[in-house]
Amino acid sequence: MVDDDALISLDGVEKVFDVRRRVSLMRREKRQVRAVDGISFAVARGEMVGYIGPNGAGKSTTIKMLTGILNPSGGRLRVAGIDPARERVRLAHRIGVVFGQRTTLWWDLPLKDSYGLMRRMYRVPRARFEENLERCVDRLDLAELLDVPVRQLSLGQRMRGDIAAALLHDPDVLYLDEPTIGLDVVSKAKVRGFLRQLNEERGTTVLLTTHDLQDIEQLCERVMVIDHGRLMYDGALGGLHAAGSAGESERTLVVDLERELAPISVPGARVVKVEGPRQWLAFPAGQSAAPLVSAVAAEYPLVDLSVREPDIEDVIARMYAGRD
Amino acid sequence: MAEATGTAGTAGTAAATAGPAETRPAREFTDPEAPRAHGRVLEGLRGYGLIVAMWIRSTMTYRTSFVLSTVGNAAITLLDFVAISIMFSHVDVLGGFTLPEIALLYGSCSASLGLADLLLGNTDRIGARIRDGSLDTMLVRPVPLLAQVAADRFALRRLGRVVQGLGVLGWALWSLEVDWTAGKVLLVPVMVLSGAAIFAAVMVAGAAFQFVAGDAAEVQNSFTYGGCTMLQYPPTVFATELLRGVTFIVPLAFVNWLPALYLLGRPDPLGLPGWAAFLSPLVAFVVFVPASLAWRAGVRSYRSTGS
Amino acid sequence: MRQRVRLYAAVAAGGFRRYATYGTATAAGVFTNTVFGFIVAFTYAALWDQRPGLGGYDRAQALTFVWVSQSLLAAGAFIGGGFQEEIQERVRTGDIAVDLYRPADLQMWWLAADLGRSAFQLLGRGLVPLVAGALAFQLALPSDPWRWLLFLVSVVLGLVVSFAVRYMLGLLAFWLMDGSGINLMATVVSIFFSGMLLPLTVFPGAFGEFVRVLPWAAMLQVPMDVLLGVHSGAGDAVGALGFQAGWVLVLLGAGRLLQSAATRKVVVQGG
Repeated sequence: MVDDDALISLDGVEKVFDVRRRVSLMRREKRQVRAVDGISFAVARGEMVGYIGPNGAGKSTTIKMLTGILNPSGGRLRVAGIDPARERVRLAHRIGVVFGQRTTLWWDLPLKDSYGLMRRMYRVPRARFEENLERCVDRLDLAELLDVPVRQLSLGQRMRGDIAAALLHDPDVLYLDEPTIGLDVVSKAKVRGFLRQLNEERGTTVLLTTHDLQDIEQLCERVMVIDHGRLMYDGALGGLHAAGSAGESERTLVVDLERELAPISVPGARVVKVEGPRQWLAFPAGQSAAPLVSAVAAEYPLVDLSVREPDIEDVIARMYAGRD
Repeated sequence: MAEATGTAGTAGTAAATAGPAETRPAREFTDPEAPRAHGRVLEGLRGYGLIVAMWIRSTMTYRTSFVLSTVGNAAITLLDFVAISIMFSHVDVLGGFTLPEIALLYGSCSASLGLADLLLGNTDRIGARIRDGSLDTMLVRPVPLLAQVAADRFALRRLGRVVQGLGVLGWALWSLEVDWTAGKVLLVPVMVLSGAAIFAAVMVAGAAFQFVAGDAAEVQNSFTYGGCTMLQYPPTVFATELLRGVTFIVPLAFVNWLPALYLLGRPDPLGLPGWAAFLSPLVAFVVFVPASLAWRAGVRSYRSTGS
Repeated sequence: MRQRVRLYAAVAAGGFRRYATYGTATAAGVFTNTVFGFIVAFTYAALWDQRPGLGGYDRAQALTFVWVSQSLLAAGAFIGGGFQEEIQERVRTGDIAVDLYRPADLQMWWLAADLGRSAFQLLGRGLVPLVAGALAFQLALPSDPWRWLLFLVSVVLGLVVSFAVRYMLGLLAFWLMDGSGINLMATVVSIFFSGMLLPLTVFPGAFGEFVRVLPWAAMLQVPMDVLLGVHSGAGDAVGALGFQAGWVLVLLGAGRLLQSAATRKVVVQGG
């Protein structure tokens, strides 16, 4: 399936990692992990595609190969006619990348300074730059933030700032890795609205990975599901959606205990996974985590904890369950 | 720094427009041939300059902190030299060298290391960048990676060490009675600059090594800070095997020992001829070859974090 | 109380294990310490050959000083590498707020973690350079097990003093946005005033007396003198350990004051 008319095309792309694992103090074991195991697809100009799958399924590895960060171990891959790993710098002019949990903005400087750097780094003519910036500022609601040091921005404001930074050089493709992670409802809505508009008006091709089902619902007509390095589903969202999404979603409380214990029991939650001293407790998404935390802390030797939001993995898991 | 004024346009992209009727953005400014036309080195230097300027601006947002740390930095690295002076409050010569002679060694290697440290001292942060995944964000920028890594967290306060080294060097040259010739006058700046270049090559090689050995940043310190600690003392106090190692394997002896011995009119303990003192620039150039090869191999082997 | 002790023990064990996983970093560090050990040992040998008995040490004792200090360098975090950068980063990103809500005292938490780290680095990074030094040079390591025990106690006290100082430096991040300048200066100061660069007994006159009562002296110079038998009498050793214990109390106390000032000031950045 070589389709060079498509903006993005992958043909039997593989990525194999050698993983060295410490078996004992002295001995190490080397084995190969096929993070991406022969993936082929094509994305036409102007498409907006969701690329989803469980953690460790190979999503990020694919995105990293598409952006030139990683060298594929096999297969053929083209983005805008460019072999990414071979001509990384040249490709950089044609793509925009937003890593959800990692800002590329300058922490201590006003937001607009980062944009100034982008202009010079990408050699964007001033008129074009002003025009693009104005559009982003207007639609992402950044006007008040331009003079604010990035460190003072909220997560949602920073994400909007990052998205604008990725678009000032008019990329053909925009890759978004978890663009709405950790954002509040208002910011999420703004980001989604902007992306939709970008795609409709400017025809920018968008490829996004996400854990948030709503991102996909509201943005993508086409979804690809990847698991164990293979493409499991490629098609309209409807087909995927019908397969899953039954039942109430749950949040997960991850607790680190002082030592390994049998699955702990607290009212209102159930242990879904145990790994050494770490345990995962699922509880209804609508319920507050606070009473649960204090119940655990009161009865068990708690070292650390975190809360995870419900995500698309559940849906995929249910999709598999529905198939079987 | 010239802005790119590519005119070729990108063949093929305009034709393939399958999107909405909106006019495609003109792309003359992202002419893919521009980097090649300028040469990778120039392109790298341009990117380096842009990023350094950003870091300097960042630093200037905490102006007081910057001034304090620059002055403090210079004053405090001088403590190294205070320790040497304390030694000389107990002895007149060390390894047959007087205090001003040692000051010549100390000042020159301190200035060289300071310069290398100022210009690309944060290359050793690449290990941390690899681990936390932020190297990825550098790899999607249209600037050669080495330039970005070298400019990372550029700290102007490190100028403090350079100034302090040059100060001690100046004092040494003023106190010593050197038989000045044109060659010797020329040798002083050549020594400091080639020394910096040798240290810089070591830093690049060290950064490349971190692609393989994730968090082995410290090995590099053996050769940079460790090297400088060694080079501030006369070669006569060290064992011959060590001297051979730092002359022929990791050629740190060319940073300042050989040039300084020539200035002082002293023989090299390994018996190298006097003209070897002038080889430093050549050595600096030669060590960059394995360093840059190692860097390329490192980038190729980059595997990003997890997932 | 018992649960508290168990909690901190678990935190310390976590600190130990965390550093134990950095295999290459440890190997790299051992290499570096050994290289530095050789360089400094050669210069000390030259100095002591010329002035035997300088600072009250003979040549073998001076060389012992070099190699044992290299062995303690990582454990005492004299050139950084402990947790202060981590605290500063957590303050910078606002993650420190999470730490404040933990069911544990912030200072004790970090102390436990740092002692765990020290314990690993004492073993992982201390032994090899010392053995290398003992093979290459004639050292004056004591044969009396009591002396080693006293040395160990003194080292632990020294590590706590080092922690207490670094804890305060870490907390300074609440006021100074950019901690890297401070860290660099702290490194040079601690190398100079601990005796890492040159034994404090070699420092002349009133300046020498002054540096020998500063907290940095309690980090390295005092443990070294305990090991080398400068404080050989029982009373002398008690005095030396008492000096360290005094600094432990003063500095941990000062750290607590700074900590409460810092928590009052919590401005969570960003998020």
